[in-house]
Order: sequence, then structure tokens, then C-alpha cells
Amino acid sequence: MVHLTDQDKKAIKCLWSQVDVGAVGGETLGRLMCVHPWTQRYFGNFGDLSCVSAIMNNPKVKAHGKKVLSSFGDAVNNMDNLKEVFGHLSELHCDKLHVDPENFKLLGNTLVIVLSLQLGKEFTPEMQAAWQKLVAGVASALSHKYH
Amino acid sequence: MVLSPEDKNHVRSTWDKIGGHGAEYGAEALERMFTSFPTTKTYFPHFDVSHGSAQVKAHGKKVADALANAAGHLDDLPGALSALSDLHAHKLRVDPVNFKLLSHCLLVTLANHHPAEFTPGVHASLDKFLASVSTVLTSKYR
Repeated sequence: MVHLTDQDKKAIKCLWSQVDVGAVGGETLGRLMCVHPWTQRYFGNFGDLSCVSAIMNNPKVKAHGKKVLSSFGDAVNNMDNLKEVFGHLSELHCDKLHVDPENFKLLGNTLVIVLSLQLGKEFTPEMQAAWQKLVAGVASALSHKYH
Repeated sequence: MVLSPEDKNHVRSTWDKIGGHGAEYGAEALERMFTSFPTTKTYFPHFDVSHGSAQVKAHGKKVADALANAAGHLDDLPGALSALSDLHAHKLRVDPVNFKLLSHCLLVTLANHHPAEFTPGVHASLDKFLASVSTVLTSKYR
């Protein structure tokens, strides 16, 4: 179970205010599918995912990436009760989408890499540590209702 | 997992770009790993792991030099990493999960310092390279 300190929460909120949800979301989901191609199994109806440029320019990838990252915004605003906030999404991912929770960890780590890429110096080791806790918390909350 | 010719080119060009910064990035990756994943510190109880530690800097250089050597021998990683593979299997015995944690922090570090070069294609190739190195380093574990 992750424990976010007040300092972690402050750092996360500060960084989040600078995040372009559409751009970072699309970049994160796209890179997930490029670096870990087996994750494409969940996106059979997304059209052309045949190569890096097809994935990164795919409008469905961008749109879905934005959707996924918007829900991270809910996490940032509710860091003290992630399990409650992600309850319905957890059920959805288990019962309807049948997504292996391992993928939540892959996505979380890809997001951390994209934040590092975009924020440079500001993404200090301490900032990374706070975000690693948050993505682990989200992954855990999303797996919580699995059965 | 096989490194394609394109993967190998991406790895080589990344290491050219890193130039003389290898030691610095190695140390930064270790610092990121110790900060984000405190359990990794259990392998370094004898280290001062605080920011700027001379021991972490020295160890970062060792890691970077080993990766540079690997990048220069992409056609024979088992051969190039044989001694390190023995060391990790018989002496260090680092649990395999930790290689993923260090690899992740190396990618975070490289993305941080070379955003323009860290395209999705290069990112994918580097991930494969680090996974291949990790596989070789744990290949003699049992």
C-alpha cells in the first residue's frame, strides 16, 4: 500500500497543473503500444497500429489517451481515496474490458517516462518518486475489484 | 527477444549521443532508483546513498561502462557480459525484479537529458536492449 506524504501530494499537484492532458495522454498510450506491442491486443478496433508512426498519429489512440489521462486527474484530486474513486473503473476493466492488471503498471511507468521527457530538470528524483507512488496507487485501485 | 538492425542502430546512436556523460547518467539512474524504489537500497547497506554520494557516482560509472561495452557488442551480449553474468549469479545474487527497476530509471534519465532523440522508436529499442542485458545478467542464476 502506498503512502503519499504531504510533500509528495504538493509536488504531484504542482506538476499536474502543467500537464497538457491531451498531449501527454496520447503520447503515453502511443508509447505503451510501441514499446510493449502486446498491449495492442486491447485495441483491435483502433485501426492502423502497424508501425510506430501509425500508432503515434492514430486519432483513436490520441483520443483514448486523453480519456485515460483525464482519469489520472481524478486520482490527483483524490489521492486519499483512490480505491473509492476508481471502484467503477476497476469493475469495468475486469468485467467488461478483461484487462490484465499488469498493464496498469506498464502504463504508469510509461507515463513517468513521458513526464520526464517533457519536464526535464523539473522531474527530479524526488518528483519521480512521488509520481511512482501515485501510479502504483492508481494501478492498485484499478485492480482492487478484480475477481 | 531479438534486437533488429534498427534497434541496434538506435542503441548505438544513443550511446554516441551520451558521449562522456555516461557516468553522470549512471549515477542519476541509481539515485532515481534508490529514491523511487527504496527496497533496492537493501543491496547497498554499505553505501552512502545520499544525493551527491561519491560511492553512488563511482557505481554509476561502473554501470555506465558496462552498458557502453554492451552497446559496442550488440551481436554478442552473452560473450561481452559473461564475467558480469557470473558475478551477478554467484556473488551479487540481485533478485531479477530489480533489473527492471534500474532499466526503467535509466530510461527516465535518458528521456530527461535527450528528449529530442528519445523518440518512441528509440524508446522501444532501448527498452529491448536493457531487457536483453538484464536477461544475460540473470541467465546463470540457476
